[in-house]
Amino acid sequence: MTAETAAKDKPTELVDRATIRFAGDSGDGIQLSGNQFTLTTASVGNDLATLPDFPAEIRAPAGTLPGVSSFQISFSGSEVLTPGDEPDVLVAMNPAALKANLGELPHGRIIVVNEDAFEPGNLKKAGFHENPLENDDLKAYRVVKVPMTTVTAEALVDTKLSKKDVERCKNFFALGVVYWMYSRPLEPTLEWIGEKFAKKPEYVEANSLALKAGYNYALTTEIFSAHFTVRKAKLKPGVYRNVTGTEATVLGLLAAAEVAKTPLFYGSYPITPASDILHELAKYKHYNVKTFQAEDEISAVGSAIGASYGGHIGVTGTSGPGLSLKAEFIGLAVMVELPLVIVDVQRAGPSTGMPTKTEQGDLLQAFFGRHGESPVAVLAAASSADCFRMAYEAVRLATKYMTPVILLSDGYLTNGAEPWRIPNESELPPIQISHLADPDTYKPYERDCLTFARRWVVPGTPGMEHRVGGLETEDITGNVSYDPINHDLMVRMRQAKIMRIAADIPPVKVRGEEQGDLLVLGWGSTYGAITTAVDQLRAAGHKVSSAHLRYLNPFPRNLGEVLAGFKTILVPEINLGQLRLLLRGKFDGNFIGYNRVEGRPFKVHEIEDKIKELLR
Amino acid sequence: MADLNQALQAPPEPTKKDFMSDQEVRWCPGCGDYSILAQMQKIMPELGIPREKIVFFSGIGCSSRFPYYMNTYGFHTIHGRAPAVATGLRCARPDLSVWVVTGDGDGLSIGGNHLMHALRRNMDITILLFNNRIYGLTKGQASPTSELGKITKSSPYGTIEHPIDPVSFALSSEATFVARTLANEPKHLAEILKRAAAHRGSSFVEILQNCNIFNDGAFVHFAGKDVRADRMLYLEHGKPMVFGANNDKGLTLDCPTLKKIEVKTNADRERLLVHDETLDDPGLAYSLSRLTYPDYPVSVGVFRYVIKPTYSGMLSEQINDAIARKGRGTLHDLLNSGKHWTIKADGSQARG
Repeated sequence: MTAETAAKDKPTELVDRATIRFAGDSGDGIQLSGNQFTLTTASVGNDLATLPDFPAEIRAPAGTLPGVSSFQISFSGSEVLTPGDEPDVLVAMNPAALKANLGELPHGRIIVVNEDAFEPGNLKKAGFHENPLENDDLKAYRVVKVPMTTVTAEALVDTKLSKKDVERCKNFFALGVVYWMYSRPLEPTLEWIGEKFAKKPEYVEANSLALKAGYNYALTTEIFSAHFTVRKAKLKPGVYRNVTGTEATVLGLLAAAEVAKTPLFYGSYPITPASDILHELAKYKHYNVKTFQAEDEISAVGSAIGASYGGHIGVTGTSGPGLSLKAEFIGLAVMVELPLVIVDVQRAGPSTGMPTKTEQGDLLQAFFGRHGESPVAVLAAASSADCFRMAYEAVRLATKYMTPVILLSDGYLTNGAEPWRIPNESELPPIQISHLADPDTYKPYERDCLTFARRWVVPGTPGMEHRVGGLETEDITGNVSYDPINHDLMVRMRQAKIMRIAADIPPVKVRGEEQGDLLVLGWGSTYGAITTAVDQLRAAGHKVSSAHLRYLNPFPRNLGEVLAGFKTILVPEINLGQLRLLLRGKFDGNFIGYNRVEGRPFKVHEIEDKIKELLR
Repeated sequence: MADLNQALQAPPEPTKKDFMSDQEVRWCPGCGDYSILAQMQKIMPELGIPREKIVFFSGIGCSSRFPYYMNTYGFHTIHGRAPAVATGLRCARPDLSVWVVTGDGDGLSIGGNHLMHALRRNMDITILLFNNRIYGLTKGQASPTSELGKITKSSPYGTIEHPIDPVSFALSSEATFVARTLANEPKHLAEILKRAAAHRGSSFVEILQNCNIFNDGAFVHFAGKDVRADRMLYLEHGKPMVFGANNDKGLTLDCPTLKKIEVKTNADRERLLVHDETLDDPGLAYSLSRLTYPDYPVSVGVFRYVIKPTYSGMLSEQINDAIARKGRGTLHDLLNSGKHWTIKADGSQARG
C-alpha cells in the first residue's frame, strides 16, 4: 500500500504547508504517533518542525484536562522554521484533548475525533455538560467523527491480544487515518513497528493491522472527500537525517570529542527537560564516553570539573534550577581556568515553575548568576538542528580558552525535531588539545598571548606537580595571593580572556537591508518565528530586517555596527527583556521589547503583528 | 659523558622532602594538622607511587589547606564538594592515586551528601576526615560532631543538636575501608594511612585531631597519653578485643549489645570478641564505632576492610565491553548514524 495507489481513488488537493496537532491522554501514545509522523514526513522530503507538549505528571488521571499531551508538526515544500501557529487538523483522541486544544483552532479547520471516547464519563471529566459532537458547539469546524476504538477492535479481532492491549493500538489507527489524509507512505512506520516489537510478534501484527486499518478506513469510507499532498522541499543537496535538539546536542558533543581526540565526560542529575541528554549519551559507551548520574546538581558539575582537571572534556547538563545550584562550582572553574561546558535546557521558572514548558528566562543567570566578577562564555542554539553546531562550538571554545561555556537551549529546542543536513567531517572546525609537558618552563598561570588561556597540564605529568584552587592566585606563578593589585589584575584578565573570544566567532549577519528603520534582533530558539515573520513581511513589501544572536558573551564583534544602522531595534524574547537589558548596557539604540512568557514558543503572527505596529 | 652516566643511573629513591611543597605551612602553632602532614609526607615515599600520579583534593576549612603543602598535584575546591571533583577525576583517570582531605564541618555538614555517595559507590579514593569537633577556620562554631550541649560562639547556651559519629556514618554509607586513628599517635596514624592508600575502593579514615585554639582538649579525656591505654581499644584483625594497661579489660557480645568485662581468667579470655575487619556485615563494626568513654573504650584501628568492585573499575569494564561488542565508534560512524536520506543536486531524493 502506497500513497500513490491510494491517490487514484479520491482527488488530491495540493497544499503548500500543513500543520497537524495530535492530542490525547498522556497514556495514549501521542508523542509516539507524532514522532512516527515526523520520521515519515522527513523521509518523503518535506521540510518540517515539531512541537511536542506534554504534562509534567507522568500519568495524570486519564481523561482529564491536565492529562492532555499533544504533538504538533508543520511541514511544507518550502522552508519550515516553526511548528506552525495554528493547526489545520486537530486529532483529538478524547473530549479533554478536544477541549484543551479547541481554543487554538481557527474556524473552518478540520477536527478528527475518536467518537468512541465521547462517552458520559469522559465528557464529565473534561467538563462538557453535553456531548459537543451532538450539538452545535463545533459547527464552525469540519468535524470528522471516527469510531476509532470500535474499528480498531474489529480490525484486531483475530489477534490474541487482550482487550486492553487492543485498545492501546488505536493511536496507530489514528496515525493511519492521518497518513491517508496527507498521502504519506506506511512503510517507514511498518518498518519501525517491526524493529521496535521484534521480540513480540503479536504486537507487530496488531499495530501494523491498526495502522493499515486506519489508512483503509479513511480511503474507503465517505467521511473524506479528498486528501492532501505537500510538495517536496528544495533542501540544499546533502545527506540528511531527522534530529531532535537533544540528539543534535549529543551528536555535537560527541563529534567535538572525536575531533579533539579527547574523551568526553558527562556528569548530570536528572532534571526535566535535560535528562534526555544523559539518557542519550549513556548509549555511546563505545565512543569512550563516560556518563555519571550524580547525587545532585552540585556533584554533577563538580565531577565534570574533576574530569576536565584530568584531561577529559568535562560537560554537565541541566535546566534553570540546576544551573542555580551549580553556580558556586562554575565560579571555581572560572578561577582555576579549566574547560567546562554547561548545557542549560531552559524551562519556565522561577523555582519549579512549569518544568515541561519552554522559556528564555536564564540569559541573565548565565551571564551573572555567580558571586564576584565571574565571566563565562554564553552561547545559544537557534534551532533543534543548530544544537549540533553550538554544542560543538561550546567544546571548541571551552578547551581553547580554558573557560566554562554555558550553552543555552530550551524545552522547545530539545524536544522539537527537524531535518538536519549532516556536515562533512571537513566542515567541522579543528579542535586542537595539547597538554603541556615541559617542566622547565611551566608556570601554572602563564598565558597564551593570543587567547590569554593558561596551559592545560594534567595530573600524571612528571615534574609539573602544582596546586590550583578557588583562592585568588598570583599572576604567572599561580600561588595563593591576597595582593590587592594582583587581584585587580586577575579580575581584569579573566574578563579580557572571555572578550578575546569575539575574534574567534562569526560576525552577526543581517537578513535583509543592513540599514533601515527596523531590525528585529533575537537570540536562541526564537530564530524560526522571527525569521519566518520577517521573511513573510518582506515578501509582502515591508521594509524590515532581522538578525540573530547565537553567541551572547561575548557578543559578535560587529554587533554595535549592525545596531547603529537601524532607527529601531525590536527584541522579541520569551522573558521580560533580558537581552534588551544587556544591549542597553552596552550599545546606544532605540531598543523595544516584545515579551511574552507563556511557556510556549512565539507564534509567527504575534511577531508579524508587533512589527506591523512598529512600522505604522 | 658525565651527563650520560648520570642519566643512566636509576633515579634516586624519593624521600619525605620530595613531598614537601615550597609553600609556608600556615596552621596555628600546636595544631594537630602538623602531625598529619608530617606522617603523610613520611609514608608517601613508601607507597611506591610516583609523585606525579598523586592528587590531593580538599574543600574548605583548616584541613583543606593540606594540598598546598604537598608537592603532588593538588586541587583546593569549594566547601564540602571535594568528593565530587575527586569522583570526576577518578572516572577520567584510573591511573592516579586520588586523596580527599576534609573535616567534620566540610565532610559531614555541607558535604555530607557527596561524602555518602562517594563512599557507597565504592569510588577508589582515600578520604581523610580530620575531626576536631569544631569549626576552626570560621573561628569556633559548633560542628556536626560537637557534643550535645557544647558551648561555642554560635551556641552560647549550648548546642541542642545530636552529634554524628564519622565512622558510623562511613559504615552506614557502605564504605569498604573504614578506620579511625589519632593525629597525636604518629605510628598508628602512619600505619592506617598506608593501609588506606593500599585499599582499592572507598577508603575512609577519621583522624581525631586537636584544635588547640577553639576546642582544646577535645579528646584528652580518653586519648591523653596517660589514660589512653585504659580508655581506648586498639582494634587489630584476628586479635581479641582486649584493652587496659594490663590487658585486663575486654569486650564481649551480650546480645543485643557489646559489653565491657573484666578479663581475669581464661574463661574471661574465651568470652572476648575477636576482631574481624573483613566481615561483610558491618553491624558489629558499627556497634564498635559507637562506643564512647566513660561507659566503653573508644575504638581505633581498622573497622572494616572488604573487597568489592569499584565504580571506576566497573565503568572501564562497561566501556571496554561496549567497544568489544560494537567496535570503537568513529566520527564517520557518528555522523552517519540514524536513518538518513540524500538530496541530490537535481533535488531528487534517495534513502540511505
